[in-house]
Amino acid sequence: MIQHDILAQRYENGKPKLRRYHQARWDEPIIFELNQPGQRGVLVPETEPAIKDQVGDALSVLPAKMRRKQPPALPEVSQVHVLRHYLRLSQENLGAGFVPDFGMATSTMKYNPPLNEQLARSPKMTELHPLQDEETVQGILEVIYRFEQILKQVSGMARFSFQPRAGSQAIYANASVVRAYHASRGEAHQRNEMIVTIFAHPSDAACPSTAGYKVITLYPEESGYPSLEALKVAVSERTAGLFITNPDDTGIFNPIVDEFVKVIHEAGGLCAYDQANANGLLGIARAADAGFDLCHFNLHKTFSTPHGSGGPATGASGVIEKLARFLPVPTVEFDGEKYYLDYDRPDSIGKIAPFYGVVPNILKAYAWVMALGADGLREAAEVAVLNNNYLLKKVLEIPGINAPYAKGKRRIEQVRYSAEQLTQETGVSSLDFALRAADFGLHGFLSHHPFVVPEPLTLEPTESYSQTDIDEYAAIWARIAEEARTNAELVKTAPHNAPIHQITDHDSFEDPARWAITWRAFRNKVQDGHGK
Amino acid sequence: MASDKRLGLIVNPKAGLGGSVGLKGSDGAAIQKQALALGAVPQALNRAIEALQLLTSSRGELEVITYPGEMGADAAMACGFEPVVIGTIAPGETTAADTCRAAEEMSGLGVDLLLFAGGDGTARDIYRTVGTTVPVLGIPAGVKIHSAVYATNPKSAGELARMYLRGQATDLREVEVMDIDEDAVRQGIISAKLYGYLRVPFQRMLVQSLKSASPPGERLAADAIACAVIDQMADNWLYIIGPGTTTRAITSRLGLPKTLIGVDVVVNRILLAADVSERQLLELLEGQKAKIVITPIGGQGYLFGRGNQQISAEVIRRVGKENIIVVSALDKIVSLRGRPFLVDTGSHAVDEMLKGYVKVITGYNEYTVYQVSN
Repeated sequence: MIQHDILAQRYENGKPKLRRYHQARWDEPIIFELNQPGQRGVLVPETEPAIKDQVGDALSVLPAKMRRKQPPALPEVSQVHVLRHYLRLSQENLGAGFVPDFGMATSTMKYNPPLNEQLARSPKMTELHPLQDEETVQGILEVIYRFEQILKQVSGMARFSFQPRAGSQAIYANASVVRAYHASRGEAHQRNEMIVTIFAHPSDAACPSTAGYKVITLYPEESGYPSLEALKVAVSERTAGLFITNPDDTGIFNPIVDEFVKVIHEAGGLCAYDQANANGLLGIARAADAGFDLCHFNLHKTFSTPHGSGGPATGASGVIEKLARFLPVPTVEFDGEKYYLDYDRPDSIGKIAPFYGVVPNILKAYAWVMALGADGLREAAEVAVLNNNYLLKKVLEIPGINAPYAKGKRRIEQVRYSAEQLTQETGVSSLDFALRAADFGLHGFLSHHPFVVPEPLTLEPTESYSQTDIDEYAAIWARIAEEARTNAELVKTAPHNAPIHQITDHDSFEDPARWAITWRAFRNKVQDGHGK
Repeated sequence: MASDKRLGLIVNPKAGLGGSVGLKGSDGAAIQKQALALGAVPQALNRAIEALQLLTSSRGELEVITYPGEMGADAAMACGFEPVVIGTIAPGETTAADTCRAAEEMSGLGVDLLLFAGGDGTARDIYRTVGTTVPVLGIPAGVKIHSAVYATNPKSAGELARMYLRGQATDLREVEVMDIDEDAVRQGIISAKLYGYLRVPFQRMLVQSLKSASPPGERLAADAIACAVIDQMADNWLYIIGPGTTTRAITSRLGLPKTLIGVDVVVNRILLAADVSERQLLELLEGQKAKIVITPIGGQGYLFGRGNQQISAEVIRRVGKENIIVVSALDKIVSLRGRPFLVDTGSHAVDEMLKGYVKVITGYNEYTVYQVSN
């Protein structure tokens, strides 16, 4: 009976009621502000005289020019205060482990099995050093080699490099490979334009731009993808390549992408498929089969390893046979008896990052794929698409929220919704909506800039979550939309249950004279500089 | 809200009269009379009230200065304000002159924001009187809303005014004041003119569906575009530079003056002619290679035929399609909501030639391919 009563508290009509949630609030200063001169985390013992005599002045090993003139201004804080500080911060956070965080789209975390974490944290992994002789690291080289064989099958590409430490680095590596290819044909100077779509991930434009390319962006038609005619206006003898996602952030699959590839190839360019998020495509569609020359996967997204902020990421960069010689060095090879690192690749673009990639990530991704098998990968994609379309149906039942473009068509793994109608009817913007979602423990991502979809909200449920999770998520959205109509002020002043309320000074994030991504930059620009 | 904030309020009671009865506008007493005879219902009062309701929570701390009766006092009092009423009007007989006088007096009283309900004609009157000296914001109530001076709807206008007066939206942007010639429209000819620019508050959360960038972002984009255009400038070519703040960034970077609402001609980075007419352009083009640099004008994305009629069909024909450089911040393109750029040069053949897709310079080494239609 008691158990029955408890369930009655939590369920209504057989469905879980909306959870009551409140995040911890510690009003915690930043670690630099906790500085108390004289406090210590560790007192490093004096070096024993015998060692001192042997080594001499250890600092003298460093060239004088490279030595700091004064010690770094690190905060002086005791161990217990450091521990407390970071535990508090961790409570003022949202995380994929707590909630089905579909609002992270276009990069909702799928489930990261702790078993794979344990593998990566085993001493067999953690005690390896990248400079060890390859004879002594045959096991991990085998894992890297075998995982490359898997990705080759998944994509149809000929070779992969796991060196890039993020999806963006992989795109940068691919842009560099494209240039190396054109250079090998004496066309690097002439071919200085890269074509992208506006709904592609912004890195598809930013990374080629960083690599020195001009970027031409295509705008979508009502179908959700650009027309071939627009592509043909962009293409010329200056075209180096096409960097494209498919589906784009709208979740709409471009069914004529192979024709895009053909147009680019006819103009002498190469085509790179951004498959950072291949959640809807694993085992279903392959980059090489659509004619692409390059692709990349984010292991920290599609292959279940944690995101960058949870540990260094991996962007696996793949190419067809004729481009293999340009991949970063070293590659991992197998001569039939042993695995080895091949640095003798004269046409290589060189190094994108040190060593061989974030090896623990490769191990986790390998473990994930081996647990699922080929059929499991395909099933993961199918469930991801099914989940997304189930969520789509539930969201479209919420008055005021729509899914622009390709009306009536199903989407692949994500959807960019528009709350424009709700905004017009209630004054509640999609940003207000997303901030109110934080009161239910959810993070809300609107859209990359620019907001081509007005009042955007983007969701991706992935395959990891259950129907109950999706129902709960959709119910929270329905509640917020209802609140927008009955108590708009509540939504517009949200979040109320989160440690930080609203940040209204957005411009400081957008004005290069004022933004700062490091403490030092903050001091230079904002505290002391002209930005103040 | 700080108690020293002063809000100027002007309602053009005639705004919007012509629309519901198909008269394309409400400028002039004769048309207003005709509209009323056709059963038109004044819109401006209700629109103003809808906007002002969002300011009622700050009634105590806000001084509203307005004109009598239908020109503002009615709306303010309907929302519970006790406005300072200045000036005199002839009820039912107000004209553009009343709007101008009201704007001038409120500007003299040092209002922090001039909120007005009206249409394009009203915006022109305000522009003529106060220019860019006072921040203004339009409550859309007119038939013709070509000016970007207006919030998307009365509620947004109220919300934006509230945030601006509270200091939560401190940035101002220059936006176009455009109007069409109503008489010409009634004869089937569209002739829009760019009159100038007004300074309007900006708040990203309210205007994000329209324009998602911030003013610093916009300024940077214009500057990047200017660098891109200047880098490509070839010796001895004429550069026919159309109106707009985006094109102004090009001449500013060259250290040249710009006729903001007119067309200037630059050659070898020197100003050859300012504020030229079509005839002057055709004369300058004799035996000269030239490029046209334009940016879409107004909220409707016109490349040609609105606000830059000096660059006529004949000028375009002589310069050639391949020598047209279109520049625009990406956000301006996004604000078109997928509607194509429009051309209306008066020549069907030239419009047809311009149709299709155009590669727009949207930044330094950045382009966007966008559709052009007529």
